[in-house]
Amino acid sequence: MYVLRRLLQAIPVVLGIVVVVFFMLRLIPGDPAAALLGTHATPEAIQALRDRWGLDEPIWVQFWLFLQQLAQGDTGTSLFYDVSTRTLIASRIPVTVALVALASVFSVLIAVPLATYAAVRKDRLPDHAIRMVPLVGLGMPSFWVGLVLILLFSVQLGWFPVGGWGDTFAEHVYGLILPALTSALGIVPLLVRSLRAGMLEVLEADYVAVARSKGIRESRVLFVHVARNAFVPTLTLLGINIAFLMGATVVVERVFQLNGLGSLMLTAISNRDFPVVQGVTIIFALAVVVITLVTDLVAAATDPRIKLS
Amino acid sequence: MSAPELATTGSSEQAVALEGFVVRSHPTLRKALRNRSLLTGGAIVGTLVLIAILAPWIARYDPLQQDLAATLQLPSWVHWLGTDELGRDVWSRLVWAARFDLATGFFVVLFPFAFGTLIGTLAGYYGGWIDTVLSRIIDVVMAFPYYVLIITLVFVVGKGIRGIFIAFALADWVTYARTVRSTTLVARRMDWAAAARSGGLSDRRIIVHHILPNTITQAIVYAMSDVVYVILAVVTLGYLGLGIQAPQPDWGSMIFDGQLFMTTRWWLSTIPGLCVVVTGIGLSLVGDGLADVLRPE
Repeated sequence: MYVLRRLLQAIPVVLGIVVVVFFMLRLIPGDPAAALLGTHATPEAIQALRDRWGLDEPIWVQFWLFLQQLAQGDTGTSLFYDVSTRTLIASRIPVTVALVALASVFSVLIAVPLATYAAVRKDRLPDHAIRMVPLVGLGMPSFWVGLVLILLFSVQLGWFPVGGWGDTFAEHVYGLILPALTSALGIVPLLVRSLRAGMLEVLEADYVAVARSKGIRESRVLFVHVARNAFVPTLTLLGINIAFLMGATVVVERVFQLNGLGSLMLTAISNRDFPVVQGVTIIFALAVVVITLVTDLVAAATDPRIKLS
Repeated sequence: MSAPELATTGSSEQAVALEGFVVRSHPTLRKALRNRSLLTGGAIVGTLVLIAILAPWIARYDPLQQDLAATLQLPSWVHWLGTDELGRDVWSRLVWAARFDLATGFFVVLFPFAFGTLIGTLAGYYGGWIDTVLSRIIDVVMAFPYYVLIITLVFVVGKGIRGIFIAFALADWVTYARTVRSTTLVARRMDWAAAARSGGLSDRRIIVHHILPNTITQAIVYAMSDVVYVILAVVTLGYLGLGIQAPQPDWGSMIFDGQLFMTTRWWLSTIPGLCVVVTGIGLSLVGDGLADVLRPE
């Protein structure tokens, strides 16, 4: 029942995303076709684009045209490359998926130990030191962190490539380490702050006190009793922050010259290639909806209490 | 009951005495003056704001003045942080960039703060279909990754300062709305809210005089982090060439310009970034401090 209810909740959000992306064209000041094609465009070319989007028709006809395209998994033909946005986007998905996945892994691998250590050593030096992480980290622009990491690890030490994605699988992973680390550092501050609080709550719970009083080793208490109960909050937290993480990869891809969705979007913006911008935006938003849905369902499967609320 | 009378009828001497009395007795103010986060953060932000305001006197050179005979100079007494690829004084550009970026950050959050608080209050107070509709709209806006939405909106409405204001007005109110909605839901169920309702007060009066004073502190605390997020986004837009437009100095575009000379002039890119980090630390400290001070006992 919970699964069904949660799925139904996602439907209006998906519809809303479609409507928002459709209306983005209307936000362009003046005649969008003329604005996108630039001052050198012939009147015929502008009229052709107006016809394609049905700009001379009533708004609901335009929306219907847009929906018809979307039904084919497309937001139209790129104004710049003359191929369908679907083809363009599909070719860029692997890089971004790999980047987001590796960045999520990194962020958990960094944030969970830090938060746990801070919680266990509450109000002592390690805790105070780790509590500085969100303070300093929140104000660091991702692209700048990327540049500093390139300066340190690629230029000075020569450990990693300056950018690019290579040809083999090993080169892909190798090339993704710095960009994934950069993206991960963007959400680590948020994760550490919430996880530390959550961890403290678990550490003070009765079942932990019971486990300790039974004389179980502290490491076992931590890894079995505490870790298990901290899993669901961590997962939910990652689900909430994944949207922010994905947004950060857009800029990180540009810094590390990775050909993913983010750099596709930024190139499309400099080419004023509106259908591609629309396509990437909608893909990102839908991905967020799906990921949030999946994390919610996994959390519910792990913790039966969620289904009742 | 005697304190207000004293204030209206008392002489200036009494007023001074009263001021001391207020500081000593006003619990929030006393807490604020003792809060280390708030004081440190306030000092950092205050210094930055002062630098931004005094930019014309602190900058030493015109930030736009090019000198193609003196490009990429090393730091010296003449140019404290050297010059950039067009021979412009880096220190002066850094100081003026503080003025543009901080001003943008502080002014941009005003509309989302006000609008988001209003929407959140309406959704939380009235509930029912108003809440359902507003909450779904919030869900939709939140589904877009923050940077994707901001970058796309700025592209659509036009780059530069005007585009930045419109983009954040459309995208940034949702977190305020969501926060205030949940605190309003709690406040509405409190006994004093029920008492105000049964006393026959109008909804508007209950919201303005009873609900908002209890819910707005959360929004104010979030606004401090939000200024950080907005400055980060503005700097990112500047880096991508969509933000504050050249030749006007901005930390983001300075980082972008310096990138080409990273191996020989590393400070051109790293120092503007450090300015952003320091701003972030200052504002986060103020936010943490305010959260402590304003939290009800």
